[in-house]
Amino acid sequence: MKTLNYRVILFIFALIFGVVFSIPSLTQSEEGKKITLGLDLQGGLHMLLGIKSEVAIESRIKSMAATVKYIFDDEDIIFDELRMVDGEKITFELLDNDDVKKATELLKKELEGITLSQNGLKFSIEMTTEEMVRTKQNAISQAVDTIRTRLDSFGLAEPTVAKQGEDKILVEVPGIKTQADEQRIRELIARAAHLQLMAVDEDRIARISTMSVAEAKSFGDVILEDVNTPEKYLLRAIPVLDGSMLTDAKVGFDKNNQPVINFTLNGQGAKIFGDFTGKYVGKRMAVVLDNKVYSAPVINERIGGGRVQISGNFKLSEAHDLAIALRSGALLAPVYVMEKRSVGPSLGADNIKASMLALSLGFVLVVFFMILYYGMAGLVADIALIGNLFLILAIMSLFGATLTLPGMAGIVLTVGMAVDANVIINERIRELLHEGKSIGKAIEDGYNKAFTAILDANVTTLIAAVVLWAYGTGPLKGFALTMGIGILASMLTAIVGTHGIYQWLLPKIDKNKLGFWFGIKKEGKK
Amino acid sequence: MEIFKYKKPLNLMAQSKRFGLVSLTLLIISLGLIMTKGFNYGLDFAGGTLVQVHYKEKAPIQKVRDAISKVKEYESASVTYFGNDNEIIIRTKKSSKSLDKDMGDSMRELLKGTGDFEVRRVDIVGAKVGSELREKGLMAMLLSILGILIYVSFRFEWRFAIASVMALLHDVTIAMGAVVLFGIEVNLDTLAALLTILGYSLNDTIIVFDRIREGINTIKEPDLSKIIDESVTQTLSRTTLTSLTTFFVVLTLFLFGGEIIKGFSFTLLVGVVVGTYSSIFVASPILMLLGFSVSDYRLKAAEKAKREKEKEKMRAMYENGTI
Repeated sequence: MKTLNYRVILFIFALIFGVVFSIPSLTQSEEGKKITLGLDLQGGLHMLLGIKSEVAIESRIKSMAATVKYIFDDEDIIFDELRMVDGEKITFELLDNDDVKKATELLKKELEGITLSQNGLKFSIEMTTEEMVRTKQNAISQAVDTIRTRLDSFGLAEPTVAKQGEDKILVEVPGIKTQADEQRIRELIARAAHLQLMAVDEDRIARISTMSVAEAKSFGDVILEDVNTPEKYLLRAIPVLDGSMLTDAKVGFDKNNQPVINFTLNGQGAKIFGDFTGKYVGKRMAVVLDNKVYSAPVINERIGGGRVQISGNFKLSEAHDLAIALRSGALLAPVYVMEKRSVGPSLGADNIKASMLALSLGFVLVVFFMILYYGMAGLVADIALIGNLFLILAIMSLFGATLTLPGMAGIVLTVGMAVDANVIINERIRELLHEGKSIGKAIEDGYNKAFTAILDANVTTLIAAVVLWAYGTGPLKGFALTMGIGILASMLTAIVGTHGIYQWLLPKIDKNKLGFWFGIKKEGKK
Repeated sequence: MEIFKYKKPLNLMAQSKRFGLVSLTLLIISLGLIMTKGFNYGLDFAGGTLVQVHYKEKAPIQKVRDAISKVKEYESASVTYFGNDNEIIIRTKKSSKSLDKDMGDSMRELLKGTGDFEVRRVDIVGAKVGSELREKGLMAMLLSILGILIYVSFRFEWRFAIASVMALLHDVTIAMGAVVLFGIEVNLDTLAALLTILGYSLNDTIIVFDRIREGINTIKEPDLSKIIDESVTQTLSRTTLTSLTTFFVVLTLFLFGGEIIKGFSFTLLVGVVVGTYSSIFVASPILMLLGFSVSDYRLKAAEKAKREKEKEKMRAMYENGTI
């Protein structure tokens, strides 16, 4: 028998490579690189979130206004009519002409990224375009980080959180068991977690039932509701401190064994808190989270050490999620759903079952058809096809690619198309045999002549696959990927591999048994 | 086994007018359907909400309808069985933006009391994302066609490129017509199917064109239609066999791949049939219509060969040191 040629050796290597690297995926072993199942196959949550970045701009403006007030008060600059206009501009008026120079200098030093315009004693502050862009980008990247931290601390297996495009956030969470769990995760992500400690306006709270929002505003107050009861509170609008000074939040239990959240403030926060509680003994202070009052205890004495407790009839799971949200910090801007796809684990399992059935049936059909029609030549093509399947799995495993339902369809389709190359080749060989060429010559010429056709046909299909990959999203990318890999792998298995096998088998091929080898009856010479 | 054995080439090109008529009729019907009835855009492109619910027993579809119609927002929702009697799909054109409580959650609450059920899928696509996806899809179609046009022009000749693209437009249009006719929902996977048809149909056409290209050089015949007849006949068995194997696997996908992949596999089934037909009966006649001249092509090829020879001669002379 002729020694092994380089084509067969290459094919055997490809086969070994394919089998070895697809084993981790096939056995789903712990070790080794393997294919990740897409969310449509294993179940999970896929979301594309948008972000209301205008809210981030607005709160930036708000904090700028607070800074203006703070420094003017501090430097005894007299001003009037400090206003925020449409959430994007601050206006104020100085009363003393002598203050103009000092005020301008101070504002330029303290506030970054603004344009200050002056008309007599009337001033307006606007954010520069670059500052707006920066604030928006900051809001996105902060949201990505925050959501990631929250999901990580929730203890979920491999969530994905990534910025997509300019202003979208992609969130993918595999392995969610029930709809209720999923909702809990969504609530965790959505939580603004904006914590504020606010003073109760004890002088006016008696009149709260008749007070309008606008009236409260005129006193510098806000009206907020209790989280559990319809009770309302009148609170000073500028908080004593907020969640940015928080260092840790943990779930604990109070003396009634009810879950509470204990949080710790940083040095500055602890000092402000201590000063405030010392100054306002006998008055109430409200713990406000996302604009709901959780509790408003009376201050009995100065509280040092910066330890604060939130109680609010929590369920344990609720307290747990809330602590995570507080630890990860507040979202600078709220997020909303642009696209959501969630698949339950049982549906994922059904999808796998159905597509596996289709894949195996299609595969068996093609394999039998090839043997029936081409005899041994069909078997050779089938061996190449098996090699092709393993190669697809191996390459996808090595890249840690994601297999989706359309991806499975792509593999099924590849099975149909990969044998195409062998059909073309076999037809050519048959033709040449009919013309009376010797077997060896027929095989060599057959491969040569079939090659351009196969190449051109595959390249054009590849063009469609690449475009689909570049333009597709999620599952569709998976389809394009498996089809692309399948086409490339088939060039190796179906052309090089089968050619090598023929060359290797050539001495054994009996020219009197062409029916067995190539499925044809040779006319003429009998 | 051998099914296709032709001693003489089939007389196909003489019949090309007849096939042209068939194709034209199909095209007109398809375009008419697309323009009058229009696509039934699914969730991916139109936006909206889809909730798939699985019941332990036969789904109480009327109860479900009653339960959800209590909320005004869901009045226009449609409730249909999905694949089998235990599975239903609720669709609305509306979508919700809120993250912590979405339409899926509220439907779950509304359905309480209709039986033992499990919500297995909730898809929400905002209108903005839908239109973005539609734009991208169209872009993908155009780009692939452009890429293919360039590649085929480069590998063959511009008339071949035009003919193959016209054949594939023919296939995609008819497949779209079938999608409209059978009211298949157009989603991302339908788009994937159409793009696959694009690649597949071309694949078939290229194999035939490759043979014609070869035939021009080997068959001693000045008449293009005769060359085409012979080349098509030679590739007929391959074209049919490959279409058959592909048809088989797509059929198994259609029958056993589950409800969710039905739209995709149906579109492909149509595409495989039309693609096979067009590569045999449509692409080559267009090549003739475009006035492809065998003698010109041979002349050019001969000139090219001559130039190559000259060059080689020069090189040989150069290497021999004569120049």
